[in-house]
Amino acid sequence: MIRLHTPVSEIDRLNLRFGDEVLISGTIYTGRDQAHRLMVESLSKNESLPIPLEGQIIYYVGPTPAKPGQPIGACGPTSSYRMDPFSKILMPKGLKIMIGKGDRSEDFKKDLLKEKAVYLIGIGGIGALMSKRVKKATLVAFPELQSEAIYELEVEDFPTIVAYDAHGGDIFTR
Amino acid sequence: MKYIAKEKIIEKVREMVMDSAVNLEQTVCEYLKKAFEKEPRGLSKNVLGQIIENQDLARKEHIPLCQDTGIAVCFLEVGRELEFDYDLEDALNEGIRQGYIDGYLRKSVVNHPLERKNTLDNTPAIVHFKQTEGDELIIHFAPKGGGSENMSRLGMLTPGEGIEGVKKFVLDTVRLGGGKPCPPLIVGVGIGGNFEKAALIAKEAIFRPLEDEASHPIDKKLEVELLEEINALGVGPMGLGGKTTCLSVKVNSYPCHIASLPVAVNLQCHSARKAHATIKGVSR
Repeated sequence: MIRLHTPVSEIDRLNLRFGDEVLISGTIYTGRDQAHRLMVESLSKNESLPIPLEGQIIYYVGPTPAKPGQPIGACGPTSSYRMDPFSKILMPKGLKIMIGKGDRSEDFKKDLLKEKAVYLIGIGGIGALMSKRVKKATLVAFPELQSEAIYELEVEDFPTIVAYDAHGGDIFTR
Repeated sequence: MKYIAKEKIIEKVREMVMDSAVNLEQTVCEYLKKAFEKEPRGLSKNVLGQIIENQDLARKEHIPLCQDTGIAVCFLEVGRELEFDYDLEDALNEGIRQGYIDGYLRKSVVNHPLERKNTLDNTPAIVHFKQTEGDELIIHFAPKGGGSENMSRLGMLTPGEGIEGVKKFVLDTVRLGGGKPCPPLIVGVGIGGNFEKAALIAKEAIFRPLEDEASHPIDKKLEVELLEEINALGVGPMGLGGKTTCLSVKVNSYPCHIASLPVAVNLQCHSARKAHATIKGVSR
């Protein structure tokens, strides 16, 4: 079991190998389909992004609403492949770690390798368990997107598995 | 003629929505536990273990099993002795609206597939009606997740492709889906009918009880063989490899045109949430 704290250094990132189980602590940002579309639109208009990308992690999730007194509801990962065309644009801007679920396109894998980025997965459908690892959720951008808005999450020992490492390793085709 | 008060339906649907989001059916839990026993030590066994742990926690603390609390799918069996002076679909949608809001469930429905504005209450539901004998209204409800629905497929095969063609299409669907539809899966297969009927009976198939067997001998044999062949693919829990890709295969069939062999495969993730209710009509 590997423990990482955000922001993750390049050395720590490059040391990850597919199949490694990684517990993440610190700050991660949520973002899925519509938030990705809007971020890429901003970049194409040379506008700044609502979140930093360098050394940061984007987690593909749309949680259920938090009940009173709780930071978040169920919050497991959504399928990552839908973000592939957007990741292509975000990775060269500094995004080097993404968390989602499922395999991704060959194109994405090529881009990932070029950027020496890492793709982590969570277990889909265990959103209740994962909610226990989120200590705080703060709305950062796009509130109109509801569950798809960008939140800054403070996580503790958030459980992930390395699916694609920065050296071409792939957990789905081992 | 018999009558059911609109409020009664609203209240029942509200309950079904809230309950199914946190309580996984016991049969599904049993199948998951059996799969856990069979899976050899390693990452895939751990994944199954966490899936089982998750449903315990969800039940105990009323946290949704999964953040994708679905789009509401309802199959209604409407007794022919019942009479309604209101729109049944309105009643269902009101129950769904209340259940998703009061239950702190995710609103995952947008107004238009391209405009994509959230409707903020998870309506409208997708509703199918069927008329039956008697004075009861039976509601089958499932909050159907997007991940497994996105990996479902419909194929218009030719009659010559036969049973081998059908099997190949089903196996290809599961293989192409990989970890994305959140295996272990329940695989609903609809064979025959036409373009939309095949999809509809595939959807009905995932509503069948897990221990249920198809009545037609060909369908029944297919269910057994496909389960074995899907699990032999080695996709495994969440696509990480292993013995358990599928918990159960359900095949529904329907008569079809001499030129056609439609096949639909509707995938259901391991968070196979369902609720069923029967409401009896009363005299006015």
